[in-house]
Amino acid sequence: MAAETAVGIAAPRARLALLLLLAPALVWLVGLIVLPHLELAVLSLRARVAPRVYELSLGQYRTFIDEPLYWHTFVRTAGISILATVCTLLIAFPAAWYIAKLARGRARSVLFVLCLIPFWVSETVRTLGWMILLRESGVLPRVLVDLGITPAPIEMLYHDATILAGLVYTSLLFMVVPLVSALESLDDSLIEAAYDLGGTGWSILRQIVVPHAAPGIAAGSIVVFMLTLGNYLTPTLLGGKNSLWFTEQIYTQFITRFNWEQGAAFGFLLLVLSTAIVWLGLKLTGQHFGDVMRRS
Amino acid sequence: MIPSLPRSKLSRHAIGGYVVAFFVFLFVPLVVVAVFAFNDANYPAPPWRGFTLDWFLGGGSGRTGLFADGPLVNSVGTSVIVAAWVTMLSVFVGTANAFLLERARFRGKAALSLLMLAPLVIPGVILGISILAFASRLAQFVDDIWGLELDILRPGLPLVVAGQFSYVVSIATLTIAARLKRFDATLEEAAFNLGASRAAVLWTVTLPYLRPALVGAAAISFLMSFENFNTTLMLVGSDPPLTIMMYGRMREGASPVLNAVSLFLMVASALIALVLLRRPTRGAGG
Repeated sequence: MAAETAVGIAAPRARLALLLLLAPALVWLVGLIVLPHLELAVLSLRARVAPRVYELSLGQYRTFIDEPLYWHTFVRTAGISILATVCTLLIAFPAAWYIAKLARGRARSVLFVLCLIPFWVSETVRTLGWMILLRESGVLPRVLVDLGITPAPIEMLYHDATILAGLVYTSLLFMVVPLVSALESLDDSLIEAAYDLGGTGWSILRQIVVPHAAPGIAAGSIVVFMLTLGNYLTPTLLGGKNSLWFTEQIYTQFITRFNWEQGAAFGFLLLVLSTAIVWLGLKLTGQHFGDVMRRS
Repeated sequence: MIPSLPRSKLSRHAIGGYVVAFFVFLFVPLVVVAVFAFNDANYPAPPWRGFTLDWFLGGGSGRTGLFADGPLVNSVGTSVIVAAWVTMLSVFVGTANAFLLERARFRGKAALSLLMLAPLVIPGVILGISILAFASRLAQFVDDIWGLELDILRPGLPLVVAGQFSYVVSIATLTIAARLKRFDATLEEAAFNLGASRAAVLWTVTLPYLRPALVGAAAISFLMSFENFNTTLMLVGSDPPLTIMMYGRMREGASPVLNAVSLFLMVASALIALVLLRRPTRGAGG
């Protein structure tokens, strides 16, 4: 196969082998990634003037700006996604620290695998679990009543905080794994040295641990943000009709209203936001896209 | 902070308690789903009314258990068929891509390898709508030129397979390429020197070496496909896979039969996970 190019046998055969190897990759990338996204861009920039007659238009993007519901939803989705990313980092960090630094031997690998297990199960199942826990007739409101904290069961679904909690839950794995591998590579003797030199817990964390773990933190945060922004299931099920999540707007335009032009424009805006944040995150931490993806 | 430094009793208990709380948070939703699959009530909610297997075996008498629920069982079948296709395609194309990235030399390789990662940063919803739009354009084109109605390009399982494949193959490629990178090329040279043909070398030396990565990539592809929701939602036609079916039912209201099918899924993924973890597939993902 392509080893021929490496070993260096007859050139025409090597060319043929290369083409054969390239073909599936090109069919995949051109047919399923590049052309569909071009089509999406074209759709988002056209307006129907007569049956099967279209002209170039920025109308869809103007609608996005003129209609407060749309850009509110957009900003809200971005805001909650950032908040969810920060919360995920704060919640995952101590657990990752425990696994990487405090647990020993077998306990460490067992805990690590325990972290992975819930994420082998479909997001649908996990969300079902949260719905059973949180709905008015569910487990947690009942426990609160039994403990005498609330007089009657309260509805814990359909709040922004519920959406946030659900998103954090769904994202934890993608933060814990890169954090653990970043923290494992931190030499304990550096921490001991800092301690001997009079460092306190806080200053060691800030000056030694966080700078060392920065690549892992960045990789985890980028992946979590991206997945949160594009999530559909968790916000719509845990947030109900008030979820106002941007992917839901895309679905509504595309599938419910069959307004593909508008849906395509929304899709493009989401794609631009997602790409911009990923790019910014990489720039700020001076990393390469390929490395981050391979690590996560 | 670390065991070799003096730590106060308080801080030790604090982090210990935190880790316990963390794992409770991780597992509580799953435990709740599993427990209420066996509750003898028409609604998955407390209080506990006794143990029953109705939600698995029931049929007829007001309660339809998982195995009597035709549409639900069909949707599991649909998911398995879709996942099988996605797995086959992803492992095959992923292997070709791995050889392309690790063995071939050509212009534009760096750009191509970067492009191969792109599907991982495109939100699944957008992958779905872009493929939907492009397929519809193709269908229109075929209709205009040849007057053919191509159902394969309308929302339905072929498009679902295409949509899931479009990003699952990125993961398969990464997994297989990572192992091929560590392959010792002298093994192949030795086989050539001993007179083996190219095909024989590939079949008896290179592919056996890649086997753990191929198995790992297949398991991950299957799982990713089976659990995919975002992309599938946009491309699905009249026969929904399980995740879409469950989503629809969850919006309508709750029934413990969903808990039953969920428990079934948990057991199935646990089995796949066990197979994967027991193999020495270092770096094969997960």
